Amino acid sequence: MKPLLLAEYTATSCIGRGVAPTLAALVEQRSGLTRCEFETVRIDTHIGEVPGVDAQRLPTALQIFDCRNNRLAELAVQQDGFFDAVQAAAARWGRRRVGVFIGTSTAGIMQTELAYRARDAVTGALPASFEYGTTHNSFSVADYLRQRCRLEGPAVVISSACASSAKVFGSARRMIEAGLIDAALVGGTDSLCLTTLYGFHSLQLTSPAPCRPFDSARDGISIGEAAAFALLERVPESLDGNSVLLYGVGESSDAHHMSAPHPEGLGAKRAMQAALDAASMQPGDIDYINLHGTATPSNDRSESQAVTSIFGPTVACSSTKGATGHTLGAAGALEAVISALAIRNQLMPGGVHTMRVDPTLTAHYIRENRRATVHRVLSNSFGFGGTNCSLILGRAG
Amino acid sequence: MKLSAYISGIGVLGPGFNHWPQTAAVLSGEQPYVPAPTVLPTPAMLPSAERRRTGRVVKLALAVGWEATSSADADPKQIPSVFCSSGSDGHICHEICLALALPAREVSPTRFSNSVHNVAAGYWSIATGSLAASNVLCAFDASFVAGLLEALTQATVDREAVLLVAYDTEYPPPLHAKRPIPDALGVAMVLTPERTPSSTASIELTLTDEPHDKMTDTQLEALRVAIPAARSLPLLRLLAMGVPGRVILEYLDVSRAAVQIEPCS
Repeated sequence: MKPLLLAEYTATSCIGRGVAPTLAALVEQRSGLTRCEFETVRIDTHIGEVPGVDAQRLPTALQIFDCRNNRLAELAVQQDGFFDAVQAAAARWGRRRVGVFIGTSTAGIMQTELAYRARDAVTGALPASFEYGTTHNSFSVADYLRQRCRLEGPAVVISSACASSAKVFGSARRMIEAGLIDAALVGGTDSLCLTTLYGFHSLQLTSPAPCRPFDSARDGISIGEAAAFALLERVPESLDGNSVLLYGVGESSDAHHMSAPHPEGLGAKRAMQAALDAASMQPGDIDYINLHGTATPSNDRSESQAVTSIFGPTVACSSTKGATGHTLGAAGALEAVISALAIRNQLMPGGVHTMRVDPTLTAHYIRENRRATVHRVLSNSFGFGGTNCSLILGRAG
Repeated sequence: MKLSAYISGIGVLGPGFNHWPQTAAVLSGEQPYVPAPTVLPTPAMLPSAERRRTGRVVKLALAVGWEATSSADADPKQIPSVFCSSGSDGHICHEICLALALPAREVSPTRFSNSVHNVAAGYWSIATGSLAASNVLCAFDASFVAGLLEALTQATVDREAVLLVAYDTEYPPPLHAKRPIPDALGVAMVLTPERTPSSTASIELTLTDEPHDKMTDTQLEALRVAIPAARSLPLLRLLAMGVPGRVILEYLDVSRAAVQIEPCS
């Protein structure tokens, strides 16, 4: 594929609003996970909650979109001058020539959860104030951002569970290459809700402790929330060597199970290889791998096998989910931004909360930060339904 | 770059539509449209343990995907896919929200696994053994054109055959009052970058400001408006008639999709 420029990027998660606090948390190996006190949820687990989402307001004209998910998107798009950068891109390319590609797994489903609690005692009807299309429906977050940023290019939500906002890069890449658009607002937004907290708990996939990816004692995920965005454009003729490019996107399916990964990581391996092929790179070209690394026993085992089978046991890898939690449909975009920060700052972020790396996992998991050459990063995102996506980002120069 | 491909296989299932040949006979005017509740087949292609877990969304998407790949003579194990739907399984969503409104909050793990928007794509991969990429989209009422755009860019840019599956199913009450989709309707197409022996027409898409086309038959127009996947009906009618032509499909508020069709002679 032709590489694309990450002209701008931003991320908001429990470790910080915007890239500077996010980087600081990574440098300090600080986790944002706290004991779950979200809404009325009574589950013994830790979560990655973004402070201040409830207090965020949407513009008056877009009140119909009001829900936690769109508040989080609004909060995030205002960081790092990202909103202004999108406006500048729209002015430069034309509003019709900027597309919107956003990943989410549950969008604003919490509005429906709340509406079901407030059903009419006699008729069972949902409250009149409940809006389905602009809150619960998956498209609502792309629709919100499209209207908020006044973009008129193609707009879509990609919702393939926890691979959603990695896969947006693939769709945007194709549409830019086809010449239908000149720039793309890509990213992901997923917010805390009862469906995912109680749902993952019912599958016994949530850990009571802060999640410990690749630890011998790992026992499940910590659910987080995040919004992360990038502005993708064609690579201009002159470019700062420090710029970060998207070099490869690889996608695959597992053909195995709805909620369990393939035991040998067959689909994961195929996605990583496809990303290398798209980037015309060899495994030795990758300096650091930002793992999917959810901290479930089965994910980390199959991912480790898949990574080792392609990259061998020496390439440094870690999961940043010990810091941010698993932000589900936003994880791909959040970890793409973290990968960009790793490249810009020559930092391999060590995985936090992991005390003892599982000796049966052969991938080279790092617990301590490393200041080292980080020119190219591979980032993995895998989801329910056996859907896999790997991204390769790297320095332009 | 022109966004174009060949349509090399079609599948349809919906209210009064049992498969593409019968749908084509209705849309071309050979047969009257007789509305009837959509009958969804049990997906025989799934292992029995998985089959028991599937809801209406999965049954619908697998049925039309299978019809399209079969008529295209395409290997479902190899072909990448684009699934697009305006919502995930409304019945599962309803059950989960009901459970969450009760004090015990006991969510069924199987229901939760099947609540993801990509549930049909997941079961398609399991049923066919396909390791190929699958992209799963949502653009609310604009979902059909969003999926068609994605599939055409894949066929055009990556020069590979792609299966497009667009499908929507009804929400039960009380959600139904807020999202009144009346029944299930699915449309699938195999798009190939080159003409194959199964190709029936070429398709080219551009975005436009022109107003979108409607169905002349009032019942079919009501269906087009009621179910997002049925926004494809003007395109299906042109394909059914087997004549060259151009239709404008409803998409976002700011743009429509102009689709040019040339039958393969």
